[in-house]
Amino acid sequence: MGKTLYDKLWESHLVEARDDGTALIYIDRQLLHEVTSPQAFEGLRLAGRQPWRISANIAVPDHNVSTKANERAQGLAGVADQVSRIQLQTLDDNCAEYQIPEIPLNDIRQGIVHVMGPEQGATLPGMTIVCGDSHTSTHGAMAALAHGIGTSEVEHVMATGCLIQRKMKNLRVTVEGVLPAGVTGKDIALAIVGEIGTAGGTGSAIEFAGSAIRDLTMEGRMTLCNMAIEAGARAGLVAVDERTLQYVAQTPFAPRDSQWEQAEAYWRTLHSDADAVFDREVLLDAAKIQPQVTWGTSPEMVAAVSGRVPRLEDMATDTARQGLERALTYMGLEPGMSITDIRPDVIFIGSCTNSRIEDMRAAAAVLKGKRVAANITQALVVPGSGLVKQQAEAEGLDQVFKDAGMEWREPGCSMCLAMNADKLEPGQRCASTSNRNFEGRQGFGGRTHLVSPAMAAAAAVAGHFTDVRDVMEGGL
Amino acid sequence: MKVFQRLDGLVAPMDRANVDTDLIIPKQFLKSIRRTGFGPNLFDELRYLDEGQPDSDCSGRPLNEEFPLNFPRYQGASILLARENFGCGSSREHAPWALDGAGFRAIIAPSFADIFRSNCFKNGLLPIALDTKRVDQLFTQMYETEGFRLVIDLEQQLIEIPNGETIPFETDDFGRNCLLKGLDDIGITLQQANVIRDFERQHQARFPWVFETLEV
Ligand code: SF4
Repeated sequence: MGKTLYDKLWESHLVEARDDGTALIYIDRQLLHEVTSPQAFEGLRLAGRQPWRISANIAVPDHNVSTKANERAQGLAGVADQVSRIQLQTLDDNCAEYQIPEIPLNDIRQGIVHVMGPEQGATLPGMTIVCGDSHTSTHGAMAALAHGIGTSEVEHVMATGCLIQRKMKNLRVTVEGVLPAGVTGKDIALAIVGEIGTAGGTGSAIEFAGSAIRDLTMEGRMTLCNMAIEAGARAGLVAVDERTLQYVAQTPFAPRDSQWEQAEAYWRTLHSDADAVFDREVLLDAAKIQPQVTWGTSPEMVAAVSGRVPRLEDMATDTARQGLERALTYMGLEPGMSITDIRPDVIFIGSCTNSRIEDMRAAAAVLKGKRVAANITQALVVPGSGLVKQQAEAEGLDQVFKDAGMEWREPGCSMCLAMNADKLEPGQRCASTSNRNFEGRQGFGGRTHLVSPAMAAAAAVAGHFTDVRDVMEGGL
Repeated sequence: MKVFQRLDGLVAPMDRANVDTDLIIPKQFLKSIRRTGFGPNLFDELRYLDEGQPDSDCSGRPLNEEFPLNFPRYQGASILLARENFGCGSSREHAPWALDGAGFRAIIAPSFADIFRSNCFKNGLLPIALDTKRVDQLFTQMYETEGFRLVIDLEQQLIEIPNGETIPFETDDFGRNCLLKGLDDIGITLQQANVIRDFERQHQARFPWVFETLEV
């Protein structure tokens, strides 16, 4: 019987299978950021341990950083919140003490950890990758086995080079056909979460397959794998193809010369065998996917832009009805209303889901020559890394955003989770390109609608959610 | 992790049922970047009359003189005597960190919440479940005798009472073994260090590029 891509990655990193069903898995790369690493470093220190392999690690500050240019210019001193500043300082101190490579705050390569990793080639195909952050699934776009872990596990990996894991199940989501114009990786991700639910992938690694996935750019695949966790899966995967190899080849930490040849030959084997058997298969028709907008407080509460918020009578059970009522009360929406009648106050284009250069281009293409609608009180564009920012500026995209009346910020997690000063006010409604619409995620009482960058830009121009294709075709 | 074999310790009471982890260590302290330093904030809401803030000095705060753990006779205690379902609520590992930071090494109660119990073993704390009647007796003896101490012998799984009596108790083998040897998850994995190193050598031969140093 053939092997799945996940089986192959698992087997090539299996140090030891134990009687109790757990296994020791070798970890090739650990990414560190300021929020979930301090207790792990302290644990090492208290136990008098050293990192198992320093070269496995790379760190970058991202969650707490200010995205305002004038504050960033002052370095750590420009971080107003003391708790945030101490966390950032602690990352610097720990990395210095243990000689862990760190990309510092104002380095051009600094960015959201899941944008920086692939961009630098710090995360490569075939690797096992962990980070104290659930969106580590992003790196699976390069056929790496990547997932988020807790702080105790961060310490475990740091000290032992290994993680204790149970093997997951194999789930394949195949999307065949051609996506309609204006429909992106983000819409596929949201459509999948809508289809299988936020627990649909629990206990599984999801491999995304099919012609629509192969047609996605690497950025699009990262967006998709990023949200595997929103479908309950700790890992998402896409097989290696020419596009993967081309992307990796231009990264700074990619292997060179004879090592490249050796690596490439191996990477070309990173796909599921034709006769591999999956525990579960889900099939989607790409042609039927429309631009998506979430209306509730869970990513599975999603509809096509042409659709409506559900009615109470659409719900099969009392629990579902109560869930819907609670979500709609929090979101300030009426049952049955059209998605296009929802009017955001804030636009957020950024986060590890959608802050890569392709995302910037997609949003700018919609906004070019247009202005943000009068009801939009704030519109933030936060590139995922210094390099994305530089590239966007070289292409003049920053000017498009500024001309439209938007703020062009410095890289970081920003309003994705509102750990820095970029937050929603209670009751504010946001069209956001991030990945979670939980209550309070973008600020206490804030209301989040997840969309693609193009859809966020379209909502910015229209002042309400609207099909991006209408805006693009000169409808506004 | 600290080794736990035999403990001769002063006993202090936490005389209420269903003590949850938020009571053990309130949520505002979770912002900390540390896993130590929670000791002064153990049972913060009960121990002090004002509201505790992370990183603030507790030495000048008004103490709740009616809270038993503040009584002079219980200072320096390392065994906490508690009631049923101790450690329920959120899974925060900060709860055992706070107990450990305040000097406790063992907790005796009729029952414990699951996650808290396993978090204790991970952090060198011994949770001992005894039947309710036994716990009642211990409470009585402790209240009657100032300076009431117990000796806990983990190897033998026995508690020795000052009057010479012993109380047997049970722990799971894995947890006991970890405590006796001072092994945490990491310590256990590191017992396999040679296996990991052998694997690593083969892995490096196959995938040398993975082992290149990242020059930032
Ligand atoms: S951008 Fe958001 S989801 Fe991504 S790492 Fe930062 S906080 Fe987490």
